[in-house]
Amino acid sequence: MNWLIPRAAEGRKPATCETAAVRAILLGIALIFLGMFLVIPVVAVVYQALEKGVAAYFAAISEPEAWSAIRLTLLTAAIVVPLNLIFGIAAAWAIARFEFTGKNLLITLIDIPFAVSPVISGMLFVLLLGANSPIGGWLVSHGIRIIFAVPGIILATLFVTFPITARELIPIMTAIGSEEEEAAMVLGANGWRTFLRVTLPNVKWGALYGAVLCNARAMGEFGAVSVVSGHIRGVTETMPLYVEMVYNDYAFAAAFAVASLLTLLALVTLILKHFLLADSSVAVIARASEPVERIAA
Amino acid sequence: MSIEIRNVRKTFGDFVALEDVSLEIATGELVALLGLSGSGKTTLLRIIAGLEIPDRGTIHFHGEDASGRSARERKVGFVFQHYALFRHMTVFENVAFGLRVRPRKDRPNEPEIEARVHDLLKLVQVDFLASRYPSQLSGGQRQRVALARTLAVEPKVLLLDEPFGALDAKVRQELRRWLKRLHEELRITSVFVTHDQEEALELANRVVVMNAGHIEQVGTAEEVYHHPANAFVYNFLGNVNLFHGRVENGKVYLGDTAVEVQDTHERAHLNGNKALVYVRPHLLDIEPKRPEGNHCFPATVTNINPAGPQVKVELVAKWGDMVQVELDHERYRKLGLAEGAEVFLRPREKKVFVYQI
Repeated sequence: MNWLIPRAAEGRKPATCETAAVRAILLGIALIFLGMFLVIPVVAVVYQALEKGVAAYFAAISEPEAWSAIRLTLLTAAIVVPLNLIFGIAAAWAIARFEFTGKNLLITLIDIPFAVSPVISGMLFVLLLGANSPIGGWLVSHGIRIIFAVPGIILATLFVTFPITARELIPIMTAIGSEEEEAAMVLGANGWRTFLRVTLPNVKWGALYGAVLCNARAMGEFGAVSVVSGHIRGVTETMPLYVEMVYNDYAFAAAFAVASLLTLLALVTLILKHFLLADSSVAVIARASEPVERIAA
Repeated sequence: MSIEIRNVRKTFGDFVALEDVSLEIATGELVALLGLSGSGKTTLLRIIAGLEIPDRGTIHFHGEDASGRSARERKVGFVFQHYALFRHMTVFENVAFGLRVRPRKDRPNEPEIEARVHDLLKLVQVDFLASRYPSQLSGGQRQRVALARTLAVEPKVLLLDEPFGALDAKVRQELRRWLKRLHEELRITSVFVTHDQEEALELANRVVVMNAGHIEQVGTAEEVYHHPANAFVYNFLGNVNLFHGRVENGKVYLGDTAVEVQDTHERAHLNGNKALVYVRPHLLDIEPKRPEGNHCFPATVTNINPAGPQVKVELVAKWGDMVQVELDHERYRKLGLAEGAEVFLRPREKKVFVYQI
């Protein structure tokens, strides 16, 4: 009756090991999805962009309006990412380190930009700062243009990317705890030194990851920016807006050329993220091992 | 440097962590704060360090009120329970941290820092680990590095929060002896928190037994162990059997056996109805037959564990309470005990502790 004893009982097969067929099916599904929804579209974008030749491609992206869109997008990211980082670190610090009334409310408030549609976020700024609003009217009368101008685009992008770094850092800071900071203080370090030499190095990978995600979102944001931009050619068109505009003008090659550039920027960002995370894996493991020990203790 | 804690009270929300605690610690002493978790011992330690601010009361260092000083200004050494080593710095940089963050005019130069760090790492016997990261160290090594880092700033007071709590028994023993030697060498006023009574009794010059936010007793190991101030201290320091007894005519009865109670001052007011009686397992003797004098009670052996320096015998008293007795092996062999045997238990000394309820 030996054949009745399942093979697993011999201890050769780990409990979590699936059969070859199951593995093939799972892998197949993942790869098919990856191909259909990621690889084919990206290839299509590049193919379309280069359809009329490399010269046409470079002509399309060196068009003054395209160039201004690229510059505006880079400017927006360059302003939004550092601000997002500063806010994210400050908010995560406050939430992870201190107990105060309204803390849960703050956590909820931080998430609002993720919860509402970007278009609504954009409209919010138009309602608040548009020429017909009291604040907007006052600003316009003093010669400050925010809506349908570059500041509006930056504001809207700031708003939609608001939670990214904070969300990334809150769990990390909470998990790390404040003991190392306390140790630094007892050893005589002042607040600023403690922050620079202890807090920041401990969260730097999380913060960089947040910055990378924020950058991707800042460059790719369409909805909110579209509402506040006013679509002034060569002035308030970011890359996504420009792509849509030339696409609607049936200039497919130009649209795809800029789109491919935007895709490239996104890919660079993601590759950067990949390397950051690969580098930080040691730090992540070290971080993860600590709470386990605490439980064991 | 001496430490004086005056009438300190600390609450966290509704929870009273410390209630009017006062304590004096002399220069060069090694004092243990001993208590269960939640007894307020760690809070007291953190208040001394300035990591926690008391609701009321003051902390004095060397007779000077230090309550207003921040943790940074108090210049105490604090060793955290989980070491709190800087995980992104090497062992060397961890130990050098306290020197590097000094204001420029007090900061030693690089060769001085290097010499000092290596001296300290040699002192704690982990010099060979200087270039490692904390995650690559064992628990005992981390503890030594944490101590070296603390000593680097030459603190006048050393505070240790459960210094051996997260280590396994063998390493703990070793580090304990080592810390005692280190203290004898450096003579820094030291306070450590522990929930391990054995650790407190072995290491400390004086033991502070804490319970529910206040101090139950302060004394040498000898004093708190042999002359406990109250039932809590007696119960907390070592194993005890707890019996629910009756009080009649100034005598304490367990079942229908009168127990001799002589050396406790609480005897004077033995006139209520019920009493809790505490007896240590090694202070009970097992007799095969009812001895003279009647100060014993019958019980049945339920379990015998002869592994270890003493034989642990579990019994059930006639009235149903579980009883633990510890015998030496010689006595155990002489008695020839077996499970199920009917025997008589006699408190060997008069160190029976009675607590009126």
